[in-house]
Amino acid sequence: MQLSRQVEEKLGSLYRSGGRIVGGVYLGKGQEAFSAALGVQLVEGKDVYGPLIRDQAGRIAFGEPLLDCFRTYLGTATGPMRGRDGNIHRGRPKEGMLAMISHLGALVSVVTGVLFARRLRGSLGDTVGATSIGDGGTSTGAFHEGMNLAAVEKLPLIVSVANNQFAYSTPNSRQFACEDLLSRAEGYGVQGWSVTGTDLASCLKGFRAAVAAARSGGGPQMVVGRMLRLGGHGEHDDASYVPEEARFSHLGQDCLMVAEKTLAARGLASAEVVRGWEQEGRKLIDAAIAQAGREPLPDPYRERWDALSTSHLVEGRSE
Amino acid sequence: MSLTYLEAIREAQYEALRQNPDVFLYGQDIGAFGGAFKATKGLAREFPGRVFDSPISEDAMVGLAVGAAIEGARPILEMQFADFSSVGFNQIVNQAGTQYWRTDVPCPITIRLPSGGTPGSGPFHSQSMESIYAHYPGLVIVTPATVEDAYWMLLDSVELNDPVMFCEHKFLYYHLKADSLGERSLPIGKARIARPGRHATVVTYSAMLHEALKSAEELQLDGYQIEVVDLRSVKPMDTDTILASVARTGRLLAVGESFPWGGVTAEIVARVSTEAFHLLDAPPMRLNSKDTPIPYHPNLWKSHRPTVTTISDAVRRLLRY
Ligand SMILES: Cc1ncc(C[n+]2csc(CCOP(=O)(O)OP(=O)(O)O)c2C)c(N)n1
Ligand SMILES: [Mg+2]
Repeated sequence: MQLSRQVEEKLGSLYRSGGRIVGGVYLGKGQEAFSAALGVQLVEGKDVYGPLIRDQAGRIAFGEPLLDCFRTYLGTATGPMRGRDGNIHRGRPKEGMLAMISHLGALVSVVTGVLFARRLRGSLGDTVGATSIGDGGTSTGAFHEGMNLAAVEKLPLIVSVANNQFAYSTPNSRQFACEDLLSRAEGYGVQGWSVTGTDLASCLKGFRAAVAAARSGGGPQMVVGRMLRLGGHGEHDDASYVPEEARFSHLGQDCLMVAEKTLAARGLASAEVVRGWEQEGRKLIDAAIAQAGREPLPDPYRERWDALSTSHLVEGRSE
Repeated sequence: MSLTYLEAIREAQYEALRQNPDVFLYGQDIGAFGGAFKATKGLAREFPGRVFDSPISEDAMVGLAVGAAIEGARPILEMQFADFSSVGFNQIVNQAGTQYWRTDVPCPITIRLPSGGTPGSGPFHSQSMESIYAHYPGLVIVTPATVEDAYWMLLDSVELNDPVMFCEHKFLYYHLKADSLGERSLPIGKARIARPGRHATVVTYSAMLHEALKSAEELQLDGYQIEVVDLRSVKPMDTDTILASVARTGRLLAVGESFPWGGVTAEIVARVSTEAFHLLDAPPMRLNSKDTPIPYHPNLWKSHRPTVTTISDAVRRLLRY
């Protein structure tokens, strides 16, 4: 989560200095604990993960190389999306990391589908699938259909719900009328877990239990955490609509500082040790940016403008 | 042996399931019940664990198919009616249609759309969606008009490594029959001259092929020889075959059952006007349904879609020019 915060600060400053990043920047500041706590439970090369907008921390924890991030933000031809898609819309589906489309809620059923095929082909074993959603995203039909379908199919899906109180500028009160999103889990017939979204220890405990339950045949799991986005919806947004009370409430706590305090209090890592991690992180980030920055950008003349993998069915191509 | 268009679709699914263990069927009421039209009759019994009843969740059904395809499976989805695929529209055009281009991972899914009008079906059980889906990149749109094509093109669709919208026409389900399934002949992407002629070309597909063929019979009594082209797949569209036909006849009418604004027939006219303007002896014409929702009562329905009469009238106007 530390590295994620540093990566995102770098992305923010690249965005503000203009020029190199094409398009928007969407950050997960304040949600690193919640996101990473899921990512670390998953096994790269075995489990499937469909991260969403605020999951830089989860991506790192899952094992996504930093280069994938910077290459995609810079739009290089070398990255997994090759300039065809950008920023958070990246992944390597064959390696178990799905590339989100923008449409919220749509990934729930796709992750379920991967698990479904594994069961069909006898390769499911104790693998799990996981994806994320925000408070706003839970209002979509796709989310509802996906949760219900996963429950009917009883597949090992973990859905993390980051209730950061706002969907862009829209507060929870205009998003849903139930007391707590956790109550949805019961409606879908899936197991629900509640964690303190700003506390890494609580997040780890909750996700560990939820992932274990899914692995051992407990069906879909829904984990809800509450926190605040510690920034705008994207870097273009000053989030002036978030009231002061919220910022200064327990929801507005910075999960990184909370985690640091816990580490120190439990004697797991001192402030110096954490500063050391920071320095290592800076080196990794600088190296990744330097490399991505040297790499070629996509070339419209070399681009294969093919939306189909069956090239003889691509219209206008005579081969 | 005589086989209906619907039975051919069932047989093709049987064959696909038999040939490849990665194929599975997912849709509403398609398991033990055999589907609203019985297109999967008996398949759940013959292929245990491969034919699944789904909840009424078109969005999630398509999402599940895309996920399964990423993992190497080859799902065939049945939409109960093409009309309801609108609920899965987002996953079809934005998830399935962009998957390969964005990630380099192919998306081999086949979505069966029981399409088109039948008397008494009304606005929400009669739609033809081929024009809508053809508009989006990344999808192959197949529109079989014969029993043989229903069979072979469905098998071809399942083998293709791309998402296919398989538009099967409900009007043809029961009364279109063939003695045998023939042999695999033309691939997806190739049109067929369904009837040769020299005075005008009618380009069409799916159920409208049969209206166009009847119209050509009728016009022959007046001494006109009308060439009828069956597109078979509307995307990719076999422009070469269309242009070659127009080169022979100098006159074009494009006929489709979907709504008139834009769409497949407009695309045909645009391509011919752009690429073969000099071959035309008359302005190209198009004929579609009326620009209203599809009516329930057969009296209205028959006038809403193109018919033998309206096609013949249009061809006569084309010939008089
Ligand atoms: C279906 C859909 N509608 C609208 C949008 C535009 N949009 C992108 S993010 C966002 C807010 C999402 O809020 P939430 O789900 O709470 O996630 P958060 O941004 O708070 O992490 C909106 C409206 C979208 N991406 N998808
Ligand atoms: Mg939110």
